[in-house]
Amino acid sequence: MLSILWNSNTGWVLLSTMTLGIAAGAIGCMAYWKRQNLMSDVLSHAALPGVVIAFLLLGEKNLLVLIIGAAISALVGAFFIQWITTSSRISEDSAMGMILAVFYGMGIMLLTIANRSAGGNQSGLDSFIFGQAAAMVRSDVVTMLILAVLVLLIVFIGFKEWKIYLFDQQFAKGLGLSIQSMSTLYTVVLVTTIVIGIQAVGVILMAALLIIPAVSARYWTQSFQMMIMLSALFGGLSGVSGTLISTMGNGLPTGPFIVVVGAGFFMVSLIFGKEKGLLINYIQYKFQQKKQMEVLKQEGGRL
Amino acid sequence: MSYTFWILLTASLVGLSCGIIGVFLILRKTAMMADAISHTVLLGIVLAYIVTKEVSGMAMLIGGILAGIATAFLVQSLHSLQVQHDAAMGIVFTTLFAIGVILISTSVGNAHLDVQHALMGEITFIPFHTITLPLIGDIPQATALLLFVLVVVIVSIIAFYKEWKLTSFDPALAASLGIPVLFMHYLFMGLVSVTTVASFDAVGAIMVVAMLITPAASAYLWTDKLIIMIILSGGFGVVSSIVGYYVAAWIDTSISGSMAFTTGVVFLISFIFSPKHGLIAKRLKPVGQM
Amino acid sequence: MGEIILQVDNLSASYRKTTVLNNVNFKIRKGSLTGIIGPNGAGKSTLLKTILNLHPALTGSVRFFNQPFQQAKKRIGYVPQRGSVDWDFPTDALDVVTMGLYGKIGWLKRPNRKHKQLAYEALEKMGMADYANRQISQLSGGQQQRVFLARALVQDADFYFMDEPLAGVDAATERAIMNILKELKANGKTVMVVHHDLQTVEDYFDHVLLLNKTLLCHGRTEEIFTKENIAKTYGGNMRWMGENREYAVHSVE
Repeated sequence: MLSILWNSNTGWVLLSTMTLGIAAGAIGCMAYWKRQNLMSDVLSHAALPGVVIAFLLLGEKNLLVLIIGAAISALVGAFFIQWITTSSRISEDSAMGMILAVFYGMGIMLLTIANRSAGGNQSGLDSFIFGQAAAMVRSDVVTMLILAVLVLLIVFIGFKEWKIYLFDQQFAKGLGLSIQSMSTLYTVVLVTTIVIGIQAVGVILMAALLIIPAVSARYWTQSFQMMIMLSALFGGLSGVSGTLISTMGNGLPTGPFIVVVGAGFFMVSLIFGKEKGLLINYIQYKFQQKKQMEVLKQEGGRL
Repeated sequence: MSYTFWILLTASLVGLSCGIIGVFLILRKTAMMADAISHTVLLGIVLAYIVTKEVSGMAMLIGGILAGIATAFLVQSLHSLQVQHDAAMGIVFTTLFAIGVILISTSVGNAHLDVQHALMGEITFIPFHTITLPLIGDIPQATALLLFVLVVVIVSIIAFYKEWKLTSFDPALAASLGIPVLFMHYLFMGLVSVTTVASFDAVGAIMVVAMLITPAASAYLWTDKLIIMIILSGGFGVVSSIVGYYVAAWIDTSISGSMAFTTGVVFLISFIFSPKHGLIAKRLKPVGQM
Repeated sequence: MGEIILQVDNLSASYRKTTVLNNVNFKIRKGSLTGIIGPNGAGKSTLLKTILNLHPALTGSVRFFNQPFQQAKKRIGYVPQRGSVDWDFPTDALDVVTMGLYGKIGWLKRPNRKHKQLAYEALEKMGMADYANRQISQLSGGQQQRVFLARALVQDADFYFMDEPLAGVDAATERAIMNILKELKANGKTVMVVHHDLQTVEDYFDHVLLLNKTLLCHGRTEEIFTKENIAKTYGGNMRWMGENREYAVHSVE
């Protein structure tokens, strides 16, 4: 059974969705603490024009080049959001919504042109953008794995620095860390993760892989380190289980199943989470209320 | 009436309804809810199809409203359970969207609904599906639906104009004056949902976000009067739709993509040249005069 | 002294796991002008919000005019902190003041000339008539605060709650606001104000309510506002009001 798995394409796909889940889970924690959850959604949409332009320039589908194109385009989107918010009365969420939709619209315009041009339709560009893990070939997976491992390495090597940067920028500055370059590095890491995920789950669901595991992990721990570990674990498990479920039927999409499994983890965490799950919160509230009542009773006795 | 006429009319109706609703999305600082709702509406449409076994405008509208309000409700509940607001949105809409995609790929099949179509819209097919209405005669189904939704949107905005204004500006005061703030919130999300559903056929799930947010954000840079902002935003929506159509026809590409892109161009022009809040105006005015 | 129109019993409130208000009891009489005084983080804003049902109470009860809040709502006016709204909203000063009348105007009706006239008169009273048609983002902090006060005036409530109306305003605005508060009192209205400037307490308020997580004392200013009581409220450490602290605490409130 196991050997069949590893010899078939499914094995490769499983490996890639698992790695993707782990990387997205870890990076998602950073986005969570930067309070930029929906930013990942915006950036994955904003990557679209870059993907298509890279394809049009190159004339063929080379994963690495598409990723570079996507990253540039997403970074331009991020820059625009920053610019619009700081230099006009437009609020951040409006700027995000605009960039998301307008860049996506531009991408669709270009995609239509690319698909019309010779060979565009056969290139599998559509499946790259809307996510089709099953369509990935071995060389795609290898590129993806290398990038994902790189991203994870950046997170773990600079773990202490990231922690300070995310929690207390002033303090980080005092320690001599360059906030500017940390921010740039953070954006690059985030964009890279998003872009390698697009092929597996598509532009729309990529955000879920970053957001859901991180928020779920938050319910179990107060430690940043544990949160990253747990989030990576949830992400990896969602990736593997979602992929396995989707291989059970014919033509089942991978991305949506990964997301639904992740949402399952979230539900469980929300209710039973040890740190601020609903159950524990309710118990604490009741306890607090009871304590308050007792204080009142004692005081009433004294009067 | 000609094929192009119907397309232009449909596109303008999308621009107008989205432009008007969008103003309050911006002012209530819930622009990203439009993104969330535009995705979850897909689930509502799929469920409506599964229940009724046909692609009918009314069923889709009802399914869409229910899905939209459910989204708003779930986001609100998660937020009240201390999940960060944008994280709550991200979790809810991706999950509901994923369920929608799974349902399409399993039970409904690709015959009548397909994800790509729902995401991108196909305005060029709209004139082919006509229905006959009394007084008006033959009219494309999607156009009729949009007309209906536009009337609903305008009537609700006018009827509750001062309530929309107050709940957007100062919900705490609204609550203390006895205006049901939460109910107004869900009513508004319902309006966003119907607008989205009606615009779906023409521009698809993601480009509708562009139509909702961008013209309103552009209008916000030109005026300080709410009523003028609403009129401007509707106007920008219509202009973007029509220009977008011709640009698409000219370079032969996706009409909805081109419409979304044109809203972005309108915004860019406003962002740079608006006499009130544009970049140039700000450069020219001395600091502290703003 | 007038009848009791607000009775607060055993009121407690919490944010997440921390209790910010602990067993607060007091009564307010008609026609009084009360300053709520306490260090940052003492729960002053929370007290107002909990009384007005804008924040859930952990325990206790609040009765207005011998009625629960829902029934007395129409007779109560609330002036939130200036920072609680977005002043970039596309509207003018007169329109914001007219908003105070929306509850009276009722559903499906528009403000008519009479309502606009009332709003204009309130602006005039606050010395803001010249700014009636000014876009609100172009008003200074003090002017914005006066608009808020004018809005409270048109509500024509019997009982006003104001959250830091004097924070960050110019001297002229401070005088204008205090004149209005005294006029309200003279007309038999009751006012409770969250206040942060210890220097002016004795001039401004006839009653004070010293708060730090719990009620320390409450009564006539000349009796209650003593050095010992202030020291007790502020924990004998006045430096606690440092600027950084203020910022940190406000974000919690």
